[in-house]
Amino acid sequence: MSPQSNWCRCTSCHVGYGWKDKDFDFASSENVDCLVCHDSTGTYRKFPTACGEPAYEEKKFGGKVFKPVDLRTVARNVGSTSRTTCGRCHFYGGGGDGVKHGDLDSSLLKASKALDVHMDVKGLNYSCTTCHVTKAHQISGRIYSQPAPNKHQLALPKDDGERLACESCHSQTPHKKENVLNHHVDKVACQTCHIPRYARGGVFTKMWWDWSTAGKLDKNGKVIVKKDEHGNLLFHSKKGGMGWAQDVEPEYFWYNGSMSYFRSSDKIPPQNGVNREPSKSLEINSLKGDYEDSKARIFPFKVMRGKQPYDPENRTLVIPHLFGKKGTGPYWGDYDWEKAAEVGMREAGLPFSGKIDFIETGMYWPITHMVAPKEQALSCEECHSRNGRLANLDGFYLPGRDRWRMLDSLGWAALGLTLLGILLHAGLRFVSAGRKGGQS
Amino acid sequence: MKVKLYLYTRFERFWHWSQAFLIIFLMVTGFEVHGSYKIFGYDAACRWHNQAGITLLALSAFAIFWHLTTGQWRHYQPSFDNLRGIIGHYLIGIMRGDKHPFHKSEERKLNPLQSLSYLFLKVVILPLQLVSGLLYYYYNEWINWGITARLDGVAFLHTAVGFVLLLFLVVHIYLTTTGGTLLSYTKSMFTGWEEVEE
Ligand code: HEC
Ligand code: HEC
Ligand code: HEC
Ligand code: HEC
Ligand code: HEC
Repeated sequence: MSPQSNWCRCTSCHVGYGWKDKDFDFASSENVDCLVCHDSTGTYRKFPTACGEPAYEEKKFGGKVFKPVDLRTVARNVGSTSRTTCGRCHFYGGGGDGVKHGDLDSSLLKASKALDVHMDVKGLNYSCTTCHVTKAHQISGRIYSQPAPNKHQLALPKDDGERLACESCHSQTPHKKENVLNHHVDKVACQTCHIPRYARGGVFTKMWWDWSTAGKLDKNGKVIVKKDEHGNLLFHSKKGGMGWAQDVEPEYFWYNGSMSYFRSSDKIPPQNGVNREPSKSLEINSLKGDYEDSKARIFPFKVMRGKQPYDPENRTLVIPHLFGKKGTGPYWGDYDWEKAAEVGMREAGLPFSGKIDFIETGMYWPITHMVAPKEQALSCEECHSRNGRLANLDGFYLPGRDRWRMLDSLGWAALGLTLLGILLHAGLRFVSAGRKGGQS
Repeated sequence: MKVKLYLYTRFERFWHWSQAFLIIFLMVTGFEVHGSYKIFGYDAACRWHNQAGITLLALSAFAIFWHLTTGQWRHYQPSFDNLRGIIGHYLIGIMRGDKHPFHKSEERKLNPLQSLSYLFLKVVILPLQLVSGLLYYYYNEWINWGITARLDGVAFLHTAVGFVLLLFLVVHIYLTTTGGTLLSYTKSMFTGWEEVEE
């Protein structure tokens, strides 16, 4: 899925305030909506499909009423950024609370210490910008090895020097008692030990999204909607099947801070040979770095898996047209993948063979928030054991996990044989001593 | 006739038993760090293993000093005198109740088999283990020392020699039962006095 051809919806968060057509200048600062970050009245909300504009008159979306905002009141209340303002986009990425990130959801608004030691409302009570110190309106954060798709500066590319890290505040040697822990920070990221699980605040995060089952309607041609007992969407005719989880153990990979992205023009290799995902599936973003890379450390991730439509002839992912008038090809109306892909790919200026199939995909989301109290940091055994959390990472020797089967077998066998020999020898000694005792 | 000889001085006995304790403790914690079983927990096993290793290193420094200054190192001068006879004694003679072919004295308290195996232990096995252990301990400094090797080579050596030491220990303990009585050798390692045949 991609913003292209679906601009009006996606630009509600991604840069593109007032998006009109393909030639919109994403890099221009005039087109960045300041009020979203800096509104403190809590009334400024964008209308979901209004191309990044808020509701100027009362409108309805999915049963929710969007009250018109009073821009003057909002403008008079421009305050410093808060968790609510940043969260409005970052908690709801992907269309719902906690859907995308897994470590950023609305439970952080009233965080306890158990959920996040820094944003704990009764403790440090950090806002996002306490850590993400803004400098000339560039927010420090993750860097991208390449800017967001199509040259549009959606992300905030930063150079390494200004990059925000736990070490910015804690230094490289935060552990006083245990020097062995400080020895780990060159190969194990702080987050790996300090965020044992994510989505701990009671909000579920999406783990699986299967577009291949979308389009199934009930007997009357109506949309089917299935939810679990927590209200999580399990199936929707428009979107397909979904899986959700909370309190999830992250997956761990070597990561040097940069990723490469699979772009809509890229060809899907016949077998995505990258070892991180089970063969056939495709990595939407690939993590860079391995053990040999001195900048790479073991980092925790949420891996969002799913099935997406692709063009089996051209071997590209397709960009289906989702929104629009019924009959003009939008998937969410006509439920025809081929037609939706045809329109979408034409919009994007990409070739399309007319065929659709589905491919399994995986996408990596770094886990960096929801730092747990120090008592909950990973114990040594979580990693240093035969089937610990790092069981699947190879290419380096991890004490307690790794061994040489030959050496161990040989060693223990030799011990067994030695003991056997001793037993035999002692037995013979005992018997012959007894015989002599009997004779004399 | 039997005579009593004072073979093991106070320092030697202290050194022997503390070394024995340290090596056994290092084995127990070492194989836990290796992942063979769980006793103390990884954190404690790791820390105590390091501490015991450093202690053994310090003890060895004293022991080397002692060997050199007292001339006790002479007992470890390799000798192949009647080596075959001694091995034969342990395999067959001991069953017949034969006398030990080696004659212990204050000048030469270790039989050739002992002096060879202890020499091997002291100049090859233990140094290998101490050096690989130290390298392991300072793994995080390797970059600063310009060592680009991986941990696995050192870990392999350290584990392999660990097994060798384990085998040595088992055989060594068994052979202590081959004196006049099962415990007489052990006793003399506590008292320093050993009864030998004239
Ligand atoms: C209008 C919606 C919106 C608001 C409000 C907003 N952001 Fe963003 N932010 C985005 C989008 C879209 C991106 C693009 C990158 C992405 O999603 O991967 C982004 C990127 C970032 C990044 C770089 C992330 C990365 O993936 O490398 C950080 C850090 C960040 N925002 C922090 C904040 C903070 C702190 C606030 C509050 C001051 C805030 N944002 C408010 C939409 C928003
Ligand atoms: C304790 C400090 C801290 C606080 C508080 C904090 N962050 Fe972050 N955040 C970080 C660090 C460190 C990184 C960089 C991780 C990396 O190098 O990839 C980061 C990365 C990010 C990213 C990009 C990485 C990703 O997860 O995709 C986003 C977006 C983000 N933060 C948003 C927020 C928002 C929104 C808030 C407030 C709700 C917030 N942060 C609060 C420390 C913090
Ligand atoms: C190998 C796992 C591991 C890694 C990596 C790690 N930590 Fe820790 N950390 C722990 C454990 C376990 C504790 C609790 C024991 C202690 O206090 O020493 C802890 C404690 C802390 C504390 C509380 C210290 C105190 O004395 O109150 C801070 C702060 C901290 N870590 C920050 C960090 C930062 C920042 C990094 C990255 C540079 C990091 N940690 C990397 C495991 C780790
Ligand atoms: C803006 C500065 C800042 C940043 C960035 C930051 N921290 Fe902290 N952190 C603090 C402060 C301040 C404390 C409280 C220290 C204290 O209580 O002594 C703290 C406390 C902690 C503690 C101890 C919690 C406890 O149980 O007492 C841990 C663990 C920790 N941080 C880990 C991290 C990790 C991991 C990151 C990166 C994701 C990070 N910190 C980023 C400022 C920061
Ligand atoms: C998040 C997983 C993780 C946790 C938790 C962890 N370790 Fe490690 N540890 C590693 C990794 C990965 C390496 C390998 C580093 C390398 O090869 O550079 C390592 C290496 C080591 C080493 C050998 C290299 C060295 O630096 O001396 C020791 C010893 C060690 N860890 C002890 C501990 C102890 C003790 C604890 C608990 C207090 C612990 N580890 C907790 C992941 C972990």
